[in-house]
Amino acid sequence: MSAKRVIGTAAVRVDGMAKVTGAAQYVDDMEFGPGLLHAVLVESPHAHALIRKIDTAAAEKAPGVVRVVTGKDIPYMFGLYMQDRNIFARDRVRFVGEQVAAVVAETPGAALRAAKLVKVTYAPLPAVLSLDEALKENAVLIHPDLGNYLRVPWFFPRPGTNIAHWRKTRKGDVEKGFRQADYILEDTYTVPRYAHCPIETHAVTGLFDLSGRLTLWASSQSPYAQRGVMAVALKPFGLSHRDIRIVTPYVGGGFGGKAGVSMEIIGAVLAIVMKGRPVKLNWTREQEFMNTSQRQGVIARIKMGVKKNGQIVALEHTLHWDAGASAEYGANVVNAVGLSATGPYRIPNVKIDSVCVYTNMPPCGAYRGFGYSEFHFGLESHMTRIAQAIGMDPVQFRKRNAIREGDTLAYGAHMNPGNLRGAIDRVAKEIRWGKKDKSAKPGKAVGKAVACFWKAPAMPPNAASAAYLKFNEDGSLNLCVSGMEIGQGFLTVMAQVAAEVLTVPVEKIRVETPDTDRNSYEWQTVGSHVTWGCGNAVRAAAEEVKARLLATVARAKFLKVEDLYLADECVKSRKDRKFALPFRSFVIDGIMRSNGNFIGGPIHGTGMFMPEFTSALGDPETSQGGHPNVHYTVGAAGIVLEVDKETGKMTVRKAVLAVDVGQAINPELVKGQIVGGLVQGLATALFEDIRYDANGRLLNPNFTDYKIPTTLDCPAEIIPIILETPQPDGPFGARGVGEHTMVACAPMVADAIDNAIGIRLKTMPLTAEKVALALRGIDYDSVKGDTLGFCFRGKPCDYRFEVGGH
Amino acid sequence: MKDIAIRLNGQVRRLAVNPNETLLEVLRGKLGIKTPKEGCGRGDCGACTVLLNGKAVRSCLILAVEADGQSVTTLEGVGRAGPTALQKAFIRSNAFQCGFCTPGVVLAASALLAEKPAPTELDVREALAGNLCRCTGYEAMVKTVMAAARKSNRKRSSSRRSRP
Repeated sequence: MSAKRVIGTAAVRVDGMAKVTGAAQYVDDMEFGPGLLHAVLVESPHAHALIRKIDTAAAEKAPGVVRVVTGKDIPYMFGLYMQDRNIFARDRVRFVGEQVAAVVAETPGAALRAAKLVKVTYAPLPAVLSLDEALKENAVLIHPDLGNYLRVPWFFPRPGTNIAHWRKTRKGDVEKGFRQADYILEDTYTVPRYAHCPIETHAVTGLFDLSGRLTLWASSQSPYAQRGVMAVALKPFGLSHRDIRIVTPYVGGGFGGKAGVSMEIIGAVLAIVMKGRPVKLNWTREQEFMNTSQRQGVIARIKMGVKKNGQIVALEHTLHWDAGASAEYGANVVNAVGLSATGPYRIPNVKIDSVCVYTNMPPCGAYRGFGYSEFHFGLESHMTRIAQAIGMDPVQFRKRNAIREGDTLAYGAHMNPGNLRGAIDRVAKEIRWGKKDKSAKPGKAVGKAVACFWKAPAMPPNAASAAYLKFNEDGSLNLCVSGMEIGQGFLTVMAQVAAEVLTVPVEKIRVETPDTDRNSYEWQTVGSHVTWGCGNAVRAAAEEVKARLLATVARAKFLKVEDLYLADECVKSRKDRKFALPFRSFVIDGIMRSNGNFIGGPIHGTGMFMPEFTSALGDPETSQGGHPNVHYTVGAAGIVLEVDKETGKMTVRKAVLAVDVGQAINPELVKGQIVGGLVQGLATALFEDIRYDANGRLLNPNFTDYKIPTTLDCPAEIIPIILETPQPDGPFGARGVGEHTMVACAPMVADAIDNAIGIRLKTMPLTAEKVALALRGIDYDSVKGDTLGFCFRGKPCDYRFEVGGH
Repeated sequence: MKDIAIRLNGQVRRLAVNPNETLLEVLRGKLGIKTPKEGCGRGDCGACTVLLNGKAVRSCLILAVEADGQSVTTLEGVGRAGPTALQKAFIRSNAFQCGFCTPGVVLAASALLAEKPAPTELDVREALAGNLCRCTGYEAMVKTVMAAARKSNRKRSSSRRSRP
C-alpha cells in the first residue's frame, strides 16, 4: 500500500551534524582520566633476524616507566584466517618495523624515551626480499612452523616452503582453447604495494578491569571479528567472548586497513598486563605505513587466446603475490583473485593460479578492491592490446565478451544480474569514444580509454549480519547494528532501509556506531557487502517490528491484521479511512481498552541474515563445486587523459564511471563512492609510489614522500553514472558498491597513455617519470635503481613463474 | 614550564605548558579541545588545522608558547550558536565522509571565505590543498565552498541593494 519513498532518495546523512560540527568522537578523542597509561613500541630494524637477547633493565629503571613487555611475556599468535602473526616477535623478527617490545609509562614522552633504552641483540638472517628467492628450491623459510598454524579449511599452505596459500581454478581445457585460438598474447605485468592512508591512524585504548573484563576502544572496521580473533588468541589468559567488549566510535577512514586485527591486539595484551589501568596505544603515521597492512604487490603472467571474430577462447592467469611476513588476511585476497581473475568476461577455458608468497616485507591484507584492482591492471591492459592486435575496437571487444546473467563462472557457479554492456555503452558515449580529441596546448596529446571491472565480496560462507530495532516513546527508533560507519554512509543507508518499511522519516531513526555488548552481530565491514548483508538483516528486523505494530493494534482494537497497514508513522485501516493510530501513541505504553487494560508493550524487532547459498568447499585442484561468492557488481570506467610529450606529466580531463548497483538506496552516497574511489584509484595509477631499500626498509612512510591526492590532483571533470538492474536477494534490489570504483583506474590510465602517445606501460605506477623516459626510448627497468615498491627487482619479462620443487 | 594565556574560542584560558609542547598537544591534552586531529604530526595532512588570529595554521607545527597572547579558534568555537551556513552546506551536500579531516577543512574554508568572499575554484582548491582527505575525492567539498560563497554574496548584495 505504501509507495517507495525513502529508498532511492538522497536522504541527509544521519552522521552529518556530528561530523561537521566536530561532535563526532574518534578513539583518541575519548578521555580516560589521569590513570591512563601510554605505550610505545620497540621495533625491529632488520627484515629477518633471530632475537638473541632483549635487555629491558635500563628501560625499566627510566622515570615514569611502569612496565616493559616482550614476546617472552606474551608468546602468542593471532590471525583472522590463519594464525601466523605474533603479538610480539619471539625467537625472530620477520620485517623492518615488527614489534619486539612495548614500554608502558605514565606519559607518552616517558614511554618514548625509555623505548630507546631497550637493547635488543639480533643475529641477522638472510632476508627474503624477492619473490623468486622466496619460491626457489631450498629457500630460506620465513615460517618454519607453517604446517602447525591454525587456519580456515579453504587455505592451502605448503609447509616447508614460503607458500602461504595457492588458489587454483580450472575450467574447460585451456590447452585445447589455445589450439582453437587465432591469436595468442602472453605478457607480464607488475603492481607494487600501496598504503591505505586513512587520515586517522590506528588507535586503541584497552582496559582490563578488576573484575576481569577486557574493554577495547578501537579504530576498527571489524568489532566482532576483533572480538572473535582475540577470544581465540587470548584464550591463555582465560578470556572468552563474553569477557571481551569492543567499542568502535567513528573511524577516520579504513579502506580495508582497519579490517581484521592488527595493532589492536597489542593494546589488548598491554591492558591485560596492566590490569586495572587503561593503556593507550596510537600508531604514528610512520607505523601506519609500516605495521598495519599494505596492499600486496603482485607480478602476473597473462596468456589469452582469441578467435578472429573477437571471442576469447582461453585464459591462463598466473599471479605471484608478495604477501609480506604474514598472510593471515592477505591470503584471502589471493584466494579471491584466484577465483575471479577472468574479469567480467565469459571465457570457456580458464586456468588461474594465484599464489600467496611470504616475504620479509611488512604484512599485507585487505585494501579497497581486495586484489581486483591489482589483477585488473594486467587483464584490462591485455584486453585492449589483444583487440588492437586483431584489429577490433577495444570497446566492441569488451562488449562481445562481457559477462551476462546466468553465464557459468570460472568455478562453476552462475553469474548474477548486472548490466555490464549497458555500463560500457554509457561510458563510451560520455567520453565520446571513437572521436580523437586534440589538445589546444602545444606538446600535449590526448588519449582515451574504457576499462571494465567486476568485484565480489570476499567473505566466508557464514559471514552473517543481525539487527535490533526498538521504538522510543516519541515514535522515534534506535537501530542497533555493528556495521561500521567508515565514511561511506552505512548508518544512513541502514536508517533508510528501516524507514522504508516502517514509514518513519530517516531523521527519526538513530543509528550509532557499534559496541559488541549492545549492538547486534556483524561479521565485518569489508568487501562492500554491508549494504547488502546488513541491509537484509535490517529489513528483516523492520518487518518484524511492522508485524508487531499491526498485531498489537489488531488485538487491542479487535481488527483484522490483513486490513491494517503502515503509512505516515501510523497504523491505518483499509476498511476505515479515518482510522490512523500514530506509532507514538502506543509503541511503548500500549493501547488502552475500554476496561482499562493496556494491550501491547515496548515494540522492537530483530533480524538476521546469512548467505545460506554460499560454500567455500570447492575442489582444491579446480575450485569447482563450491559457491564462494555472493554476487559480483559490474561496471565500466572511462578516461580522457592529457599527456605532456616533453615531461610525461598527465592531467585527467575527464573520468567517468558507470556501475550497476542493483538499486541505489541513496544515489548521492553512491556518487560519493564513485568520486572518492576514482580519485583514490587514479592516484595509485599516477603518483602513489611506495619505495623500499635493498634491505627491506620502507623509505617513504609519510605524506611528504608518499603523495596522496590533494584538491589540486583531481580530474577536471568526474561523471558518475548509476545503473540499476535489481539484485533479487538484496535489500530492495541493492548490491554492493564501494571498492569497485577504484578497480578500473590503473588499466584505463595505461590504455589512455597508449592511446595518446603509443607507449605501453606494464609496471605500475604509471608515473610521469616512466612516461618521460619511455618517450626518450629509455627502458625504465634498466634505470630504476634498487629502490622498489615490491619484491622483485629484475625486469618483469625475466621473471620465471616457477615454483621450486613443485 | 611556562605560563601562557590563549584567547581560545573567545575565552581567555591560562595554563602552564612545557616549552616543547605543540599547540595541538596542549589543545587536545590540556584544554579538552578535540576537533583538531593528529594525522601525521609533521604538517603534511592539515587535520590539526586551527585558526590563529584568523589564519589557518597547522597546530602540530606551532609550539603552544608561540600562541601565548594570541587568538585561537577551533571548530568548537565556530558552531556554538548552531551550525554556520557553511557547515549546513557541508551536511546537505555530503562534503565529508569519515569526518576526520572535516574540522580542518571547515576551518580552512572559513578562513578563505573571510579573506576572499568571492573565491575562484582555483582559490578554493589552493586554500584546501593542505587538508588531505582520503575519502571524498574533494569534489563535493570544493563545490560546496563555492556554492556557499555565492549564496552569501547574493545575500550580501541583496541586503546592500535593499538599503535606502
